[in-house]
Amino acid sequence: MLDNLQILLSQPVFNLQLLLNGLSVGAVFALIAYGLGLVWGVTAIKNLAQGDLVMLGGFLSFEFAQHGVHPIVSLVPVCAIMFGFGWILYKLVIRRVIQLDLFTSLLATFGLAITLQQALNLVFGPEVRTVSSGFGRLELAGGMVDITEIRLIGFGLCVLLAAGMVIFMKTSRIGQAIRATAQDPRAARVLGVNADLVYALTFSINAAICGAAGTLIAMIWVIQPFYGIAYSVRAFVIVTAAGLGNLPGVILAALGLGVLEQYSGFVFGAQFQQATIVGLLLAILIWRQLALLRHRKALQ
Amino acid sequence: MSRRSLVLHLALLAAGVAAPFLFPAHAVQFAVFWIFVLFALTWDTMGGQMGYNSLGNILFFGLGMYICAVTQIGLVYDVAEYTASNGAIKIDFTDPQYFAGLALGVALAALIPVVVAAVLSWVLFGLRGPYFAIGTLGVAIAAAELTNAWNYVGGGAGIAMPVFPGGPGMRERFFYAACMIAAVSCYLFLRWLYGTRFKLAINAIRDDEDKAEALGLHTGRYKMVAWSVSAFFLGIAGALFGNMTGFIEPLETAYPTLTFGIFMVAMTLLGGKGTLWGPVIGATLFYSLREVTWTYLLGWQYVALGLLIIVNVVYFQQGILGWLRQRVPRWFEAERETAGSPGPGAGA
Repeated sequence: MLDNLQILLSQPVFNLQLLLNGLSVGAVFALIAYGLGLVWGVTAIKNLAQGDLVMLGGFLSFEFAQHGVHPIVSLVPVCAIMFGFGWILYKLVIRRVIQLDLFTSLLATFGLAITLQQALNLVFGPEVRTVSSGFGRLELAGGMVDITEIRLIGFGLCVLLAAGMVIFMKTSRIGQAIRATAQDPRAARVLGVNADLVYALTFSINAAICGAAGTLIAMIWVIQPFYGIAYSVRAFVIVTAAGLGNLPGVILAALGLGVLEQYSGFVFGAQFQQATIVGLLLAILIWRQLALLRHRKALQ
Repeated sequence: MSRRSLVLHLALLAAGVAAPFLFPAHAVQFAVFWIFVLFALTWDTMGGQMGYNSLGNILFFGLGMYICAVTQIGLVYDVAEYTASNGAIKIDFTDPQYFAGLALGVALAALIPVVVAAVLSWVLFGLRGPYFAIGTLGVAIAAAELTNAWNYVGGGAGIAMPVFPGGPGMRERFFYAACMIAAVSCYLFLRWLYGTRFKLAINAIRDDEDKAEALGLHTGRYKMVAWSVSAFFLGIAGALFGNMTGFIEPLETAYPTLTFGIFMVAMTLLGGKGTLWGPVIGATLFYSLREVTWTYLLGWQYVALGLLIIVNVVYFQQGILGWLRQRVPRWFEAERETAGSPGPGAGA
C-alpha cells in the first residue's frame, strides 16, 4: 500500500494515467447519476435498479456486437430498445408504486434489480465481458502513459449525450412538461400536463440513458451481470453528494468519484474497490446527518 | 392468553418438537426454517412495528457467525494460523472444550452485535425512510467486503468450523433444538414486548416520528433498543447457522445481502408486516414454497424471488394477515379486545 503511494509521489506521470482513466469513467457515472436524479426529481422514486438497467444496456450492445454491429452504431438501437423496456416497466411496476410510500417503491425497484441481474446471469453467464471497438491505444508522455482511444471517444460521446439531454430538457415541449412536473406536480396537472405520460416518459428516457451508459461502459471497461449494484450505489453517492437538480454538482461529483476510485484502486488494491464506494456512501450519509443535526441544534 | 390460543400454541410446539424425530433426514431443513422464522420476526420489529425498513439486518447474522467461529477456535488454537492453513489443520476438540466454546461463542455472538447495533444507531437512525434502507444496505455490503479482505478471519477462503463431537444424527438434532429454542424464545420475548408500552412507543415512531418526539418520547432510545433486540437474536441465529453449515465464508454464508437479507423482508411482507403472526406465517409459506420449488426452477429461482418481491409490494401490499383482516374482521376481534386498541394497519 505504501509502496504504491511512493510510486505515485516519485513518478508524477502515473497520476496523469489515473486521472485520465478516472475522468473517462467518471463521465459515464455522470450520465447514470443524471438519469437517477431525473427520475428521483420527477417521480420521487429512488431507482435501485439503475445499475442493472445499465448492465442490461451493456449486454444488449454485447449482443449486437456478436452480430457484427459496431458498438458505437449500436448506441441507437440499444437506446431505442431500452426506451421501450423502460416504458413497459413503468406500466407494469413503477406506475403502481408512485403513489405509495417511499420504501415500497424502493423495494419494488430492488426486486426489479434482483430480477434483472439474475436474468442477465442466466442468459449471458457470469463471465466478465467487454465489447471490442477496434480502436488502438494512444501513448502520451513518451510511452509512460497510455490510454485507449475508445476512452477518449467515449468521453466525447458522453459530453454529446449529456449536452443533448440538457438542451432537450430546456427547450422541447416534453422537457418543459417534465421540469414543470418536477417543480410542482399539482400545478402542472392543473395547467394541462398529463402527469402519467410525463412519468412514463421520464422513466423511459432514464432507461434509454442507462442503455447508452451501458454501451459506453461495455466499450471502455467491462460488464458483468452482478456489477449493476455498484453502479446504483455510485449514482446514489453522486446524487446525494451533489444534491437533487444540481447539474454542475453532479458532473463534478461524478468526475471526482471516477478519479477517486482509480486512486483508491491503485493505492489499496482492487479488492477494496467496492468497499471504497460503499464507505463513501456511508460517509456522505453521515455527513448529511451531521449537517442536519447542526440545523436542529440551531432550532433548539 | 385465551384457551383456544393456548391449545394452538401447544400444538405447534409439539409439532416442532416431534418434527426431527418424524423426519430425521430433514432435520437440517427444519432447523433452517426456524432461523427463517427468527429472521422474519426480528425484521418486523424494525420494519413493521417501527417503520424503519432495514435492508442490512443481515449484518448482525454475519457478525454473530464470525464472532462465534473465532471464539470457538481461538479458545484452543491460534486463529490466524488456523485460517491461513485453509482447513489443513484439524483441531481435535474434547467434548467439554467444544461445548464450552460453543456456549461462549453464542453468548458473545449475541452480545457483541447488540453493542454494534447501539453504536451504529447513533449514526444510522438520523437517516429516515429510504435513506435508512440504503444506509443499512451499505453497511451490510461494506461488512461483507471488509471481511472478504481480512486475512485474520480467512478472507474469501472462509473458516472450516469445529466438528461436532456427537455420533451420526446427533449433530442435526442438537442444532435443530438450538435453532428452535432461539426462534421460540424470540417469539415469546417479542410477544411479551409487544404487550408493553414499548410497542405503543415504536408504533408511534412509525406513524409520526416528529409528533412522537414532540410528545416527549425519547425516540432515539426506543429505536436503539428495538434494533438491539433484532441484533441480539440475529447474532445467535448466525452463530448457530455457522456451526450447522460447518464452513463459513463472507459473501454467500455470512453476509448474503441479496439472499437471506432480502428473504427477511420478503417473508415479512408476504405474511403481513406490523403483526406478530404475520412474519411467522410469511416465513412458513415462503420457506415451504422455496423448499418445494427451488430445485425445479433450474437457476431461475432468484428471478422468481425478484418477481415475488415486485408482485408482493406492488399488488399485495397488506400481506396475508392484512388481507385476512380486511376479509374476515371477526377473526381479529379477540385480539382487538385484549390489545385495547385497533390493530396496527398492515400497510402503514
